[in-house]
Amino acid sequence: MISKEIKSYFPILNQEINGNPLIYLDSAATSQKPVQVIEALENYYKFDNSNVHRGVHTLGNRATEKYEGAREKVQKFINASSTEEVIFLRGTTTAINLVAQSYGRANVNEGDEIVITYMEHHSNIIPWQQLAKERGAILKYIELEEDGTISLEQVKAAITERTKIVSMVYVSNVLGTMNPVKEVARIAHDNGAVMVVDGAQAAPHLKIDVQQLDCDFFAFSGHKMVGPTGIGVLYGKKALLDEMEPVEFGGEMIDFVGLYDSTWKELPWKFEGGTPIIAGAVGLGAAIDFLNEIGLNEIEKHEHEMAAYAMEKMSGIDGLEIYGPKDPAKRAGIVTFNLNDVHPHDVATVLDMSGIAVRAGHHCAQPLMKWLQVTATARASFYVYNDESDIDRLVEGLRSAKEYFNDVF
Amino acid sequence: MSFNNLDQLYRSVIMDHYKTPRNKGTIENDSINIEMNNPTCGDRIHLTLQVEGGIVKDAKFDGEGCSISMASASMMTQAVKGKNVETALGLSKTFSDMMLGKEYDESEDLGDIEALQGVSQFPARIKCATLAWKAMEKGVHEQEKS
Repeated sequence: MISKEIKSYFPILNQEINGNPLIYLDSAATSQKPVQVIEALENYYKFDNSNVHRGVHTLGNRATEKYEGAREKVQKFINASSTEEVIFLRGTTTAINLVAQSYGRANVNEGDEIVITYMEHHSNIIPWQQLAKERGAILKYIELEEDGTISLEQVKAAITERTKIVSMVYVSNVLGTMNPVKEVARIAHDNGAVMVVDGAQAAPHLKIDVQQLDCDFFAFSGHKMVGPTGIGVLYGKKALLDEMEPVEFGGEMIDFVGLYDSTWKELPWKFEGGTPIIAGAVGLGAAIDFLNEIGLNEIEKHEHEMAAYAMEKMSGIDGLEIYGPKDPAKRAGIVTFNLNDVHPHDVATVLDMSGIAVRAGHHCAQPLMKWLQVTATARASFYVYNDESDIDRLVEGLRSAKEYFNDVF
Repeated sequence: MSFNNLDQLYRSVIMDHYKTPRNKGTIENDSINIEMNNPTCGDRIHLTLQVEGGIVKDAKFDGEGCSISMASASMMTQAVKGKNVETALGLSKTFSDMMLGKEYDESEDLGDIEALQGVSQFPARIKCATLAWKAMEKGVHEQEKS
């Protein structure tokens, strides 16, 4: 159950900002961390720190067990078939880059197509732009519907037999839209393409089942799901990962090293060159435990409720425009908006003076901003520690901002 | 809700420049063109300068951004117009020092620009205020090179 008690696990939220209690509404950028995660990191460094996969000594074993234990937690969390399909990397960006540089370079040739959408984060645009340029391939964008959703008709129109890769965000970091990635994966497969899912905004909020989605790759970051920064995951189907070459070479990822040639370790380690992100993985494991304790279905329900409440209350403010699907059931706990005549930076500064943290800017989605015909927007995003009273504070803050700019000047 | 601290940032002279920007537009022929943006937030400025014989004869700006960035651009064009290039660059240095909270040459008559001093108390907004000045510096330096 989502209860007020959850907030008490997040020490950072118990402070004043500019003389007001902090209301953190920027979880889509990064989430806050509960004591359970902070203590897992602290305990790892206090009691178990060592390098993994090589020590004969006890600490080496303990660190390895914790690191690989975290991999098992991730495997269950996303329902991958085996831990071989779970690669620990720095985050979503690194994961998508790995797919582009390894799978992409080997499989995309001149005249082939890579299909993405207008609502992608830069991390799911630029790796493909670079790949398309390098391979002489064509990068295509799926058009959005007026309400900021994706229709399967447009998907079918965009994907052809020349398409090698389809990559799509599961939950938009701007519009909050939840995309039908399972159906899109089927269309991709029918055309012989692989399906990559950017799950950065989905993993924190929905129950993920990669087998049920039948996607080929799924990327997400720990820090958006109450875990530490610097740890993320690439899931890939074993058959594909087996065929792929590593993109980082060095220690930890090798099997046999000769003077002029070397061989790689088996999955998943061949993609984890160098000393891995051990503490980060341990922290991510603790984050998964924390989220499971609440229940992902509960979290998703909470997000919809928060979005619905926020949209209802915010639409009562004159001159406030909300972007993305009007139906809260079609979106996660992300509400992006603009206040008439007040620039989003100014809105964010006024809210900050009231202790309310929101994001303002283009949210690393410049093509989407262009589609929306705005240069910047403000965004409030909600998570397990937010409740309706936070939204009431936001609405009050927005009214004050409007008053401040319209009446004072 | 009281916003006394906000009044440090949003002085009325700033809002005046924001709502009624001076030198808005573009200079047509033979001007120096500078496009600059703030990639983290989407602010964008297109500055055109006409420099003749070491004097900034005209300066106009166009663009999109928050009140601070647009007001600062308006003030900047007003301040450098008619000045020689050296003085303009000197003003830019003074402004930058003021933003960074460093000691600055207070003998200089900054006019309306003085109103932006409060921005230095809002670290996240300093880049908004300095964008137009950076564009001006870039334009002047590019012309010197050519």
